[in-house]
Amino acid sequence: MGAQIQVRDLRIVAGARDAEQTIVHDLSFAIAPGEVLALIGESGSGKTTTALALMGYARSGCRIAGGSVRIGETEVLALDEAGQRALRGRRVAYIAQSAAASFNPSRTIMDQVVEPALIHRTASRADAEAKAVALFRELALPNPDTIGARYPHQVSGGQLQRLMAAMALITDPELVILDEPTTALDVTTQIEVLRAFRRVVRERRTTAVYVSHDLAVVAQMADHILVLRDGETRELGATAQILTAPSNDYTQRLLAAARPKVREAGTPGAAATETPLLEVRQLSAGYGPRDRDGQPKALILEDINLKLYRGQAIGVIGESGSGKTTLARAIAGLIAPCRGEMLFDGQPMPPLLAQRSKEELRRVQIVFQMADTALNPSQTIERILARPLQFYRGLSGEPLQRRIRELLDLVKLPSTVAGRLPGGLSGGQKQRVNLARALAAEPELILCDEVTSALDTVVGAAVLDLIAELRRELGLSYLFISHDLHTVRSVCDEIVVMQHGRKLAQVARADYERGPHHPYYELLARSVPELRQGWLDEQAAA
Amino acid sequence: MSSTASFATSPRRRLAMPWPGLLGLAVLLAWLLIAAFGPALLGHDGSDMGDADVFAQMSAQHWLGTDYLGRDMLARVIQGARYTVGIALLATLMASSIGTLLALLAAASAPWVDAVLSRGIDTMTSIPSKMLALIMVAAFGSSLPMLIPTAALIYVPGAFRIARSLAVNINAMDYVTVARTRGEGRLYIMLHEILPNIINPMLADLGLRFVYVVLLLASLSFLGLGVQPPDADWGSLVRENIGALASGSAAVVAPALAIASLTIAVNLLIDNLPGRAARGAH
Repeated sequence: MGAQIQVRDLRIVAGARDAEQTIVHDLSFAIAPGEVLALIGESGSGKTTTALALMGYARSGCRIAGGSVRIGETEVLALDEAGQRALRGRRVAYIAQSAAASFNPSRTIMDQVVEPALIHRTASRADAEAKAVALFRELALPNPDTIGARYPHQVSGGQLQRLMAAMALITDPELVILDEPTTALDVTTQIEVLRAFRRVVRERRTTAVYVSHDLAVVAQMADHILVLRDGETRELGATAQILTAPSNDYTQRLLAAARPKVREAGTPGAAATETPLLEVRQLSAGYGPRDRDGQPKALILEDINLKLYRGQAIGVIGESGSGKTTLARAIAGLIAPCRGEMLFDGQPMPPLLAQRSKEELRRVQIVFQMADTALNPSQTIERILARPLQFYRGLSGEPLQRRIRELLDLVKLPSTVAGRLPGGLSGGQKQRVNLARALAAEPELILCDEVTSALDTVVGAAVLDLIAELRRELGLSYLFISHDLHTVRSVCDEIVVMQHGRKLAQVARADYERGPHHPYYELLARSVPELRQGWLDEQAAA
Repeated sequence: MSSTASFATSPRRRLAMPWPGLLGLAVLLAWLLIAAFGPALLGHDGSDMGDADVFAQMSAQHWLGTDYLGRDMLARVIQGARYTVGIALLATLMASSIGTLLALLAAASAPWVDAVLSRGIDTMTSIPSKMLALIMVAAFGSSLPMLIPTAALIYVPGAFRIARSLAVNINAMDYVTVARTRGEGRLYIMLHEILPNIINPMLADLGLRFVYVVLLLASLSFLGLGVQPPDADWGSLVRENIGALASGSAAVVAPALAIASLTIAVNLLIDNLPGRAARGAH
């Protein structure tokens, strides 16, 4: 049974003593025993900082400057170091985003799962192990009796996340903090983990705090939602009220961004007689040394056929390891295919970068997921954008400057960012610069590799709007790679579904809602959480 | 003797360097100035034997006493600074730039180029550095144009190893991939995409390598294989005046202290560089 949580005027500051910045502003909320409160907000909103403060913990460089946190009858912030240590892992447990990083790879799972019980001496080793096995069973883990003897790398990511929940629950904590526990998982895995979490939280009536940026996930888990922005409460209310009748305008924007939305680009113009802009024929590719038949050791892509017409956007969707990124890299010429060919505008395109002409290179541009690593941190935005203009078109002087301003304007960035380094921009701005650099080459095809995955919901939605708008205005074609069906559906005319390096199905926009489809596509479509309460229960019932 | 301290610099230290760093900087600058302008300011020639005693004590006329031929020790140390600092600086710059360039080439080229360069340089690492120096001096005789490349050659592998490990990480970044898909040449990727992002840690490494070169040159000179008489660097000054060790004359202590102060100063400076290596690392 969980405890009553009472937080009053919590204030957390960061930075050196003489130049402190408040990152959480006088936050107050309460959680009734056995209820789940979701903390939701974009990155930098202070949601994880707040969650950690419930254990009396502040990350290095931060300091809890005031307020009170009560768990049951205990005032957490008044405890000394030893008192807080006794609290953590015993009465308050924390489940982190990346279970893979939280397990020690050189010890067995059982050793680590029972550790909190042994450290806090709540049970003998034998009792703790028996309890762990019961928890494994409750969390629907396969082979609950023997899974503890394995090492962390011998189980899947979704299983590891559930094992971490077992580790957290072994001491029967009064409060469980779940910090984005499913963000790193594939959709089909996420749904299993969510189901397992929900069942244990319900059955044990544990009080829980669920930190997430994903409203649809939160809708399944939480009784109340606290919307945070810049460390301030925007809205606090019951889940149903937040989802259906949000009163704050930021909440409304968040909901609008999270709702699936179709971004039509007008003319698909896919006349059957026209030559496709890009045609991929029986493409196979892989990594590692090749054997006598020219087959690489690890074959990632097998026999892919694809036609992309001018002005069209095709989405490639699949889970991690499905080969979707490898497909983009093969088209970009970064890895050599072992079989098959590619035609660009009817002309055969050489498989490798070094064999392609400058003109061929210019017509296909690639935009990467992590804008952080896609922009050289030592070059100013101006220099980053200037290079392709100089390189492909030999611009210089005033025409170059004018074109840079035009490009920034096109991606809706103020021209003042030109002089800045990438480090001084936000994630969304960086992704816009990333797009602008690709546009500088005036390409015909842009390969987008998970361009919105690392962005917050609202920012990601704005980038998707921009992508659709650019397509409308410039007649661009996209190959849009993503793991998120919502994203792909919203910008693409056709969806290619990939699994284990093979193309399973191709679904046109008109058929998105009409079946029947390939069972794997159906599974993916079913696994994407919907933005309403009770969705998870329906899925469980089905 | 590692640069880890500078990686751990706290954000607060970033603006002002702590006092040991400032002390190191001051001593280093002093020696550089002495090496550059000292002999000119001295006003008289250090080889002048005058009428003083051999191994005279410190006096108003000879601040650091005199050496085994009765020459003014202060003048000798100041002249020695030019050799020690100058040779070491040139050799270090050569070693670091050759090492960095080869590393960039290895990182930005096909895997077989990397393999050939790395294995070749590994082979060089396996030869003991003092032995290599002795062989080079034995084969080509000892002269300044010989000493500098020898010292540089010995320290190329170290610089290469560090630069390569940094460059390989940068090479895996998406922005390098983007440059590659744009069709950029190898030289552009090496010099514009990778180099600016590894230059800061390489500068810190340059300082440390300088210290090693100073010590290598001093020990070579001490063995009589480095700078040849009548010229002398600090290592040969110690050797020339070793006879005065028993009497504790300043003639042998002063050059030894000069070597120690230079190397310690550079170390202090490198260890306290304000967040430079840390910023370069990510």
